[in-house]
Amino acid sequence: MADTTQTAGHGPGSGSHSGGDPSRRDFIYLAAAATGVVGAAVTVWPFIDSLNPAADTLALASTDVDLAPVQVGQSITVTWRGKPVFIRHRTPEEIKSATDVNVSELRDPQKDADRAKKPEWLVVVGICTHLGCIPLGQKNSDPRGEYGGWFCPCHGSVYDTSGRIRKGPAPRNLEVPGYAFKTDTSIRIG
Amino acid sequence: MAHGPATSSFKNPVVNWLDQRLPIFTMIQKEYGVFPTPRNFNYFWNFGAIAMIMLVTMIVSGIVLAMHYTPNTNLAFNSVERIMRDVNFGWLIRYIHMNGASFFFIAVYIHIFRGLYYGSYKKPRELLWMVGVVIFLLMMATAFMGYVLPWGQMSFWGATVITNLFSALPLVGQDIVTLLWGGFSVDNPTLNRFFALHYLLPFVIAAVVFLHVAALHVTGSNNPLGVEPKGPQDTLPFHPYYTVKDSFGTVVYLAIFAAFVFYAPNFFGEPDNYIQANPMVTPPHIVPEWYFLPYYAILRSITFDISIPFTGLKLIEAKLGGVIAMFGSIAILFILPWLDTSPVRSARFRPIFKKGILAFLVAFFLLMYVGAQTADAAWHLGGLEIPLVYVGQLATLVYFGFFLSLPFVGLIEKPLPLPASIAKPVLGGGASAAGATAKPMEKA
Ligand code: HEM
Ligand code: FES
Repeated sequence: MADTTQTAGHGPGSGSHSGGDPSRRDFIYLAAAATGVVGAAVTVWPFIDSLNPAADTLALASTDVDLAPVQVGQSITVTWRGKPVFIRHRTPEEIKSATDVNVSELRDPQKDADRAKKPEWLVVVGICTHLGCIPLGQKNSDPRGEYGGWFCPCHGSVYDTSGRIRKGPAPRNLEVPGYAFKTDTSIRIG
Repeated sequence: MAHGPATSSFKNPVVNWLDQRLPIFTMIQKEYGVFPTPRNFNYFWNFGAIAMIMLVTMIVSGIVLAMHYTPNTNLAFNSVERIMRDVNFGWLIRYIHMNGASFFFIAVYIHIFRGLYYGSYKKPRELLWMVGVVIFLLMMATAFMGYVLPWGQMSFWGATVITNLFSALPLVGQDIVTLLWGGFSVDNPTLNRFFALHYLLPFVIAAVVFLHVAALHVTGSNNPLGVEPKGPQDTLPFHPYYTVKDSFGTVVYLAIFAAFVFYAPNFFGEPDNYIQANPMVTPPHIVPEWYFLPYYAILRSITFDISIPFTGLKLIEAKLGGVIAMFGSIAILFILPWLDTSPVRSARFRPIFKKGILAFLVAFFLLMYVGAQTADAAWHLGGLEIPLVYVGQLATLVYFGFFLSLPFVGLIEKPLPLPASIAKPVLGGGASAAGATAKPMEKA
């Protein structure tokens, strides 16, 4: 810096500037620095945000599903927003095992009634809440884990007949998507 | 530095003219010609040069692949199959790139193990070591994104599992994952950005390798004895002694590499990756590439929440714990120079450390094995069933235990007597007089 510069406004030889009274040079310095920081942030943000989902990706889609052909004990998988959604027509035993649980002992405590709008239909997003694999259990021949729901082959998470996490590394229950019954035997997801 | 042309004295006038204006030949001469190098290197010291050759191999084969590859979810898989079937020598170039990644990692793993065993991370080479760990991380990122490009089942599900790791972070986790994907799952935007980054990162690696070598040429190399050269009797000029040794080692290594490329090109691969990605079906058994298996096993070993005892208060849930352990297993390498309190470098003179590092090596291979098995696999010994999760947990314990016990090992261990100089054990008694009277080597 030039030798006439008064860097802090109260250094040796700052003379007329006393106390906390900032000099004009300090002001310019601070204003320039602040503008620079804001400018950098404003410049960087569009680049980062460009990596977020684009408008066409975001465009919401809903999926209508006819449940009539799904027999008791059968499961179907439908696609919603590019994700699999599991719909299971639960048997009375499956409903019973889902409701006969001491909820407070669960990792992610939730009553079955809060997860299924009608007890015989369970609708959950078929993506393991651990690291995103698709659990097995949609076919009767699949391994379903010891709670009769789903078993994730990737790291061994076990879900019960309400899609709740019972064992293994996953932290949360299978997500219940927003859906509504349009008639007794058809739903709209999303 | 003085201004005006330097006084270069090369025989070739063109070289001389160039060198006076830009002294690259002087630099090469200094850093790779006469550069004083410990005389007692063993073949472990070949793997830096080999890794460098592999990096060049990857860049050359990769750029040619990129000229035929299409980064679009509908076209990527077929474009790679077209490379394999229709492009002239496409099969060769792709197999070089595929197996090259494995052989790059083999070389770098041996290179890192060399550094651990002979204490190369210790003062004054801490920064050199840390720059090396950065290269290792960049390599892992590059290889991970490269593996997504052919858009097979393993590409897709590997990418899904690994990007989902970030969802374990509290609060911002899911937003970060969405940002990485550019959507609600691994999809076309993900493939595009991974291709862009896969093209970029190898050149970043090349730049960091340059820094790595620059730092090496400040401190000079370590050696199997771990004692610094004390004078010219302890060193040899890099050329021709080590140019020859490195060339020999590289040729042997490349011959083994070629054997895989030509005779077992899919040895390191997964058959599932020849099935096009299907976001609706997870393969029954997802495995990462072999070079990621130990970390994958560590990830899967944390199956329990970490709570404050007796309060039931959950501090870290299992998923986050696994992610922390996995990244921690690499991050711990950064602080290794300060964990190890022993002043002795080479494991040859450290009886306890030597046992520790062999246990570490066994644990590393055990983790690699466990990482390749299914989550519910078990060993059956007679009537006894040992779930592999437990084996993985034990090996994880040994992995971290090795590093975390180093401060204490340094305190209790009694090292064996160190040789007075490098020349002494190499040349026997005859050189000891020379060694004793030699002046300390001047700093190059
Ligand atoms: C650090 C160096 C590099 C590593 C470790 C690496 C690793 C990989 C891996 C593991 C694959 C998957 C191979 C497969 O299974 O098919 C791959 C694919 C690919 N890489 Fe690289 N790569 C490197 C450098 C490069 C460079 C510099 C380029 C140039 C642009 C490149 C372009 C490609 C392309 C186009 C593919 C897709 C074609 C294919 O899958 O065979 N790579 N890379
Ligand atoms: S992704 Fe399901 S257990 Fe890890």
